[in-house]
Amino acid sequence: MRRLTPYLLALPAWMWLAIFLVVPMAAMASVSLQTGNAIDGFAMTFSVSNYTDTLSRYSTQLVRSLVYGGAATVAMLLIGYPVAYWIAFKGGHRKSMYLFLLLLPFFVSFVLRTISWGFLLADDGILFGTLKGWGVLPADFHVLATAFAVIAGLTYNWLPFMILPIYVALERVDPRVVEAAQDLYASRTAAFRRVVLPLSLPGVFAGVLMTFVPATADPVNAQVLGGTSNTMIGNIIQTTYLTNLQYPTASALSFTLMAMLLVGIFAYARALGTENVLEAAAR
Amino acid sequence: MTRLRGKLGDRLLHAYTWLIIAWLSSPIAVMILFGFNDKKSKSNTSWQGFTLRWYQELFGISDLTTALFNSIYIAVASTVVTVVIGTMLGLALGRHRFKGRGVTNFLVFAAISTPELVMGASLLSLFVSANLPRDALTITIAHVLFSLSFVTVTVRARVVTLDPSLEEAARDLGATGWGTFRQVTLPAIMPGVAAGAMLAFALSIDDYVVTSFVNGSTITFPLWIIGSVKTGIPPQVNVMGTLIFGIGVLIAIANAVVARRRT
Repeated sequence: MRRLTPYLLALPAWMWLAIFLVVPMAAMASVSLQTGNAIDGFAMTFSVSNYTDTLSRYSTQLVRSLVYGGAATVAMLLIGYPVAYWIAFKGGHRKSMYLFLLLLPFFVSFVLRTISWGFLLADDGILFGTLKGWGVLPADFHVLATAFAVIAGLTYNWLPFMILPIYVALERVDPRVVEAAQDLYASRTAAFRRVVLPLSLPGVFAGVLMTFVPATADPVNAQVLGGTSNTMIGNIIQTTYLTNLQYPTASALSFTLMAMLLVGIFAYARALGTENVLEAAAR
Repeated sequence: MTRLRGKLGDRLLHAYTWLIIAWLSSPIAVMILFGFNDKKSKSNTSWQGFTLRWYQELFGISDLTTALFNSIYIAVASTVVTVVIGTMLGLALGRHRFKGRGVTNFLVFAAISTPELVMGASLLSLFVSANLPRDALTITIAHVLFSLSFVTVTVRARVVTLDPSLEEAARDLGATGWGTFRQVTLPAIMPGVAAGAMLAFALSIDDYVVTSFVNGSTITFPLWIIGSVKTGIPPQVNVMGTLIFGIGVLIAIANAVVARRRT
């Protein structure tokens, strides 16, 4: 009986993961190889035409998603690293307060947060409307419906997910190691570049993973902030599935997106060095 | 000189950190403020005076009210299911060595790292293939799926820190297996279970992407909001957002105070 305990404990969760994660992925793989239409039904033809068609038809949106997701991730890293650094080394006894304040936006629904952000950026909203009224900005100045608005929205929405893992890695750095480097005549910059930065790389790696994947696949920011000329692949998948009911095309698109993200992650892991990655994964 | 420059750098970084916090909070401030806006025109984008009208007419839009309560019911239901099966899996992974543990860990990781969009799309593929109508039930199934790994990981982390000799002692003192679990194991892992439950509830009530695939004609709070972007968001949405924000922050602060008192 005692031997069976772990299996009995795991059984319900296994069934859930098998039926609703593994089987659907298989179902989607099979649908992606079918052809037909929503009215006459779809039939299995083992044709890869869905993949080749989608790649040529939606390459703009695929590339755009990678570029926007990548740009937002770089922006988050540049904006977030100094914050994580300061809280980890200088936050003192108020560290948890700073972290709490950084997490405040998560108490507001993601959709509502994005809309409020769009609201701040509106052409005649409280920010630009006022500035235009003062004559600081030209009357035709606008940010909404530009690539910048979408990238800024993605950056805004996932920034805390970049800051937290970097903070965790930096928090573990013993300040005495930094002092030792300075005692050995390293300048502040050199001590940072050669001691602190390498020690924080696992955190950077985790942060990039936690932000790049959801930001690239996100349909909400492009829909709310991007107007009609900044559609990302997430929007295409949504409309292909839900409005056009083109299940095979949409499944092929979903797999293409997954494959691109996986390739991206592996290329990035190779570039950063396998050891760092394994170390990050082991923690 | 270096010391002086170091001090200045610290001050700049301190100010910068507050700037980022202000940036992250600004949309929340806007949301709260415009819940008090006495708007006359259709759009709620410019400040027209203070009113408490929208708090009094909070449930004035029946579709929105239905959507909000759908979200709450689904969040409660999916949290209960997730906490039960996620805690069980967390216990199995944290406490026992068994065949298939590696595969299970991989599945838990896969469920966390699958993009929401792909998860929603694949669930829709399944429900379409199985001819299952999409409603509150399919939404709840999906929410359990994406919360499950988070609860499992949180509980597992707590179980690993637990000293197994406590349970052995209870057994030696004649407690049954269930008695040991209820009186020793469960209280000890409770903080992990509670954190997992809060996480599951927050993830569920907030979800838009996965839900948009599996909702059929059932509308939840985030879906309703996205649907009304083009026609203009009514101030009631701001008020509901403000109330959810307030309750969430209060629970988090209470939780932190209790945790501090215990240690």
